[in-house]
Amino acid sequence: MSDSKSLHDRIARHIIDVPRSGIRDFFDIVSTRKDIISLGIGEPDFDAPWHIREATIFALERGASSYTSNLGLLKLRKAVSAYIERTFGLAYSAKTEIIITVGVSEAMDLAVRAILNPGEEVLYHAPCFVSYAPVITFAGGKPVCIETRMEDDFQLSAAAVEEKITPRTKALILNYPNNPTGAVLPMEKLEKIAEVIVRHDLLVIADEIYSELIYEDKISSIAALPGMRDRTIFLHGFSKAWAMTGFRMGYACAPPPLTEAMMKIHQYTMMCASTPSQEAAIEALQQPEVDIRSMHDAYLKRRNYIYNSFHEMGLPCFKPGGAFYAFPYIGDSGLSSYDFAMRLLDEENVAAVPGTAFGACGEGFLRCSYSTSLENIKEAMVRLERFIQRLQK
Amino acid sequence: MDQLLQLLKENALETAEDMGKMLNMSAEDVRAKIKDYEDQDIIRGYQAILDEDKLDINQVRAAIEVKVTPERQGGFNQIAQRISRFDEVESLFLMSGTYDLLLFVNGPDLRNVASFVSEKLATMDGVTATATHFMLKTYKSFGVLMEKEDEYERLKVSP
Repeated sequence: MSDSKSLHDRIARHIIDVPRSGIRDFFDIVSTRKDIISLGIGEPDFDAPWHIREATIFALERGASSYTSNLGLLKLRKAVSAYIERTFGLAYSAKTEIIITVGVSEAMDLAVRAILNPGEEVLYHAPCFVSYAPVITFAGGKPVCIETRMEDDFQLSAAAVEEKITPRTKALILNYPNNPTGAVLPMEKLEKIAEVIVRHDLLVIADEIYSELIYEDKISSIAALPGMRDRTIFLHGFSKAWAMTGFRMGYACAPPPLTEAMMKIHQYTMMCASTPSQEAAIEALQQPEVDIRSMHDAYLKRRNYIYNSFHEMGLPCFKPGGAFYAFPYIGDSGLSSYDFAMRLLDEENVAAVPGTAFGACGEGFLRCSYSTSLENIKEAMVRLERFIQRLQK
Repeated sequence: MDQLLQLLKENALETAEDMGKMLNMSAEDVRAKIKDYEDQDIIRGYQAILDEDKLDINQVRAAIEVKVTPERQGGFNQIAQRISRFDEVESLFLMSGTYDLLLFVNGPDLRNVASFVSEKLATMDGVTATATHFMLKTYKSFGVLMEKEDEYERLKVSP
């Protein structure tokens, strides 16, 4: 019958045109398999620290089941303000410059929607998190991709940014430490990019979700550079460093007019972020350094292990400086990313996400998350090496 | 704490090769460093963490609070060392608070532990009072939860 066709026809054109996330497709295949070792996990393998979960339960016992202010609990915004100041050297007013969101995903959507007029362009670097381009498209904007390469350690250059700027360019989305590459951006590159942004009078949306998970460099944000605070929307949250993905706790910090604009969208679409989760986030900011340290150290050891393993098996991989991903080059196998990932899954029961799920320039790469136990990583490396040796025969 | 010691505390059976990979050191360097820690008496031994409740062994464990009179020379050290030499004593700590020494003792049965307390411990010069608490069940030991919970299922693949 024509029923489904007519429904299809009724879906907004700009939604139909956006493809499903490549991760989603791969997930559907992987979820049918049993006993696999997964290097495909884009979230911490740790549970949120117990004191945070316990505080959430206590908050619920006290009756934390009602709405909060649209911007979020003031106590939480104050704690966020203090944490950002201490960690990034950035001062934001808890009353007018911080909004608590449902994860950074919502914050990203708010930021993009708050600034875009139809047809305006947003630059983003790829390989990147799956949502940037779709969110820009949903907001009526035009996503403009800047490809980064392994030879440049997947670092974005100011020249590459400048090359893509047009009169319609509104903003640049910046995400370092990066998902899926694990790349970080050194200060001198950040400064050069900031200089271009100021010269062309653009905005920056800084996705800082992996900030704390940085191994050799120091935590920094473009927002803290001269002239940048007032043209940056600073996005951060609790998902990665605190292992709180399921709490869906993020926030956006920006000068009052931008925060007010984001608040309007949030107010009419989300009302407020979950109250128990906001209570959890308050607890998470009681001793962040203690909570983060042990997980950070575990990731670092695993990063070394997986990077050294790739090296030993002759798989080219740049050394990831942050997040919990390694992005080895598997192009020498002669297989596409997708075929490599599928065969690795079929033949060795190891799941890793094809690089193409993070943009076309991810072709030839495989995202291997080391957010899994060392035991799993060790076994996965044994299997991966066996697989590669078989391919070479 | 040194990351190598941290790794050993988590799993002393980890191979030098794997630890080296995690710490960007050669296996030889890892072995040498461990030897060094052993020579310096920083690493004092390696033991397995057991769920002893699961073993069919007759064993009684107790925590004993002990009040002592510190000696003019040597303070608590002398008496603490004397007590710690008994095989029954698994661990012994000098404590702040309402008592001075905390002992964890181990014996084949209740009578054995009771007689250790009444005949050996309480009768020592300097010991003024003891309070014995028998352990009923172990929930967590050396940072390990004894009751294994099913892991909450995570997505196998996520962005």
